[in-house]
Amino acid sequence: MLLQTTSLRFAYPGQAPISFPDISLAGGEALLLLGQSGSGKTTLLNLLSGLLTPSQGSVVLDGVNLSALKGHRLDLFRGQHIGIVFQKPHLITALSVKQNLELAQFFGKKKGLAPSDLLQDLGLAAKATAAVGTLSEGEAQRVSIARALVNSPKLILADEPTSSLDDLHAQRVVQLLKSQAAKIGAALVIVTHDQRVKSEVSQVLEVKSA
Amino acid sequence: MNLLTLSWKYLSFRPLSTGLNAILLAFGLAIITVLLLVQHQFEQKMTRDAAGIDLVVGAKGSPLQLILASVYHIDFPTGNIKMEEAQRISRNRLVKQVIPLAMGDNMQGFRIVGTNHDYLSLYEVSFTAGKTWEFPFEVTLGASAAQALGLKLGDTFTGSHGISVGSHDHDQQQFKVTGILAPTGKVVDRLVLTSIESVWYTHDEQGEESIATEEVEMPLEEGTSHEEEVHDAHSAFMDPLKVPVAAQGFPTSNQEREVTSLLLRYRNPMAAIQLPQMINSATSMQAASPAFELARLFELLGVGISLLQGLAIALVIIAGLSIFIALYNSLKERKYDLAILRTLGASRLQLVTLVFLEGISLTTLGALLGIALGHGFLAIVVELTAQEVVTLVDPWVFLPEEGLIFGYALAVGMLASLIPAWSAYQTSIAKQLTKT
Repeated sequence: MLLQTTSLRFAYPGQAPISFPDISLAGGEALLLLGQSGSGKTTLLNLLSGLLTPSQGSVVLDGVNLSALKGHRLDLFRGQHIGIVFQKPHLITALSVKQNLELAQFFGKKKGLAPSDLLQDLGLAAKATAAVGTLSEGEAQRVSIARALVNSPKLILADEPTSSLDDLHAQRVVQLLKSQAAKIGAALVIVTHDQRVKSEVSQVLEVKSA
Repeated sequence: MNLLTLSWKYLSFRPLSTGLNAILLAFGLAIITVLLLVQHQFEQKMTRDAAGIDLVVGAKGSPLQLILASVYHIDFPTGNIKMEEAQRISRNRLVKQVIPLAMGDNMQGFRIVGTNHDYLSLYEVSFTAGKTWEFPFEVTLGASAAQALGLKLGDTFTGSHGISVGSHDHDQQQFKVTGILAPTGKVVDRLVLTSIESVWYTHDEQGEESIATEEVEMPLEEGTSHEEEVHDAHSAFMDPLKVPVAAQGFPTSNQEREVTSLLLRYRNPMAAIQLPQMINSATSMQAASPAFELARLFELLGVGISLLQGLAIALVIIAGLSIFIALYNSLKERKYDLAILRTLGASRLQLVTLVFLEGISLTTLGALLGIALGHGFLAIVVELTAQEVVTLVDPWVFLPEEGLIFGYALAVGMLASLIPAWSAYQTSIAKQLTKT
């Protein structure tokens, strides 16, 4: 298994701990995380990406236990092997489209995919030198997907990637995530409560508050 | 893509704020640059111009004025002294050398100074053309005077009375350029040098004495009464314009003559104690020591310089605060950016470096701008005031002390970035990213 979690628990200070069901995903597989808001979906995503450290249990990605990594080694591991797509694109507005991708490669210290090829693939070639501020919402979200893919990660995490998009773009974004993840053999986890996404992914996991 | 380019992108993304802060800092640093240059060059040039002059003797008045007028040729002379009395001083056994000076005229603002050849040796001059004056009304031009007046070897001109532009012309006699000096960076560059005799004869034009104006090529414009007097004079004396001038010491004259001041060199250290006191108490003249007066002048200037320095430091501090606020505010807006950078693999240390780089790039920009502004400002001031004290300053000299300005800028950048960098270090990515 590429991604394997076992008996994950996390507690925010002063709150009851949340337990999460185990996840195991192979490369190229996609998983949908569903749940009420406040059920801990995003917390689980943060645990998977190593942004939060579980109070119990472990996340193992490609044989590496995230909890065992500390400080900069964890940051670097995340930069190299985990691509994250957020609800909003959150691109660095001071940079151009292509520079946003190059930035990911600089911090990840990795030459994954060639930024120009990737932009070509995502139909963004014409926007390579455009300022981020001039992009439409859909374009910006596609750039943020490109940024998550550019280091050819082993795990792609997407947090409500379609919530601010219209039907057409939402479907396109999900298709893109699926096809690109399959192409580079990465595991894909999408957190959503968007009905439009549910039909696209077969594996579903429900997160419930304990 | 690297941290430096990223920090530059962030800076250039906010051009107004970045520009304002850089300019604010630049103004403070420009004042410091100007002060450094002016102070350093004034002290250096004034000390160099006074080298070899132990004492200046002239008419009673302000000793500082005497020094400024006789050594630097920037203030009005205190008056004239009797040559007889001056000669008595020069015979004193404590005196090694005396260079007499006669002043009172100018050529378009450049002072015409009557002296002897010792004055040229004092400043170790060399000639680019011609040689020293040998007869009355022959002049040697300092390098900048020659350039500004546009005079060449063999050219003639008339001087004007007084030491600044605007008085009446001495049109009786024409000076002839027989020598042009190489640039020395010293006071002689700005002078029109001639013999003491020339200065005397120029002022003799009222017609009472020895000068034979009819021998000069220039036609007389005055009335006939003048010519008659001239003829009288001519019958009594040999034509003084054909007599070589004194190369050393005082010129000879059968009349009661005056000079403006004496540049004096001591024979031994004892002279420094006895001579000034003797001159000040036993004669109608005063003696002033350039070293002492310079020290006093720098002390007086020091107050003004300290005030300006205070202003400059205040400006730099305000600039530092402003940069701090700009960084802090932009960082607050950019917390999300920082969190994103972390998810892309940036370490905390890299984010801290990024913030520091931004602060330091900004202040380095300010330092470059400030130094350029300082030199540019001086260049404009020097350009606008052709004949004043400020022309002593060369605006395009770069001092090693200007490296200090980069040091200040760096320190300001570091200090201003300290708190923002700490807050960047502290940023929790998960908390930042889940915030909506």
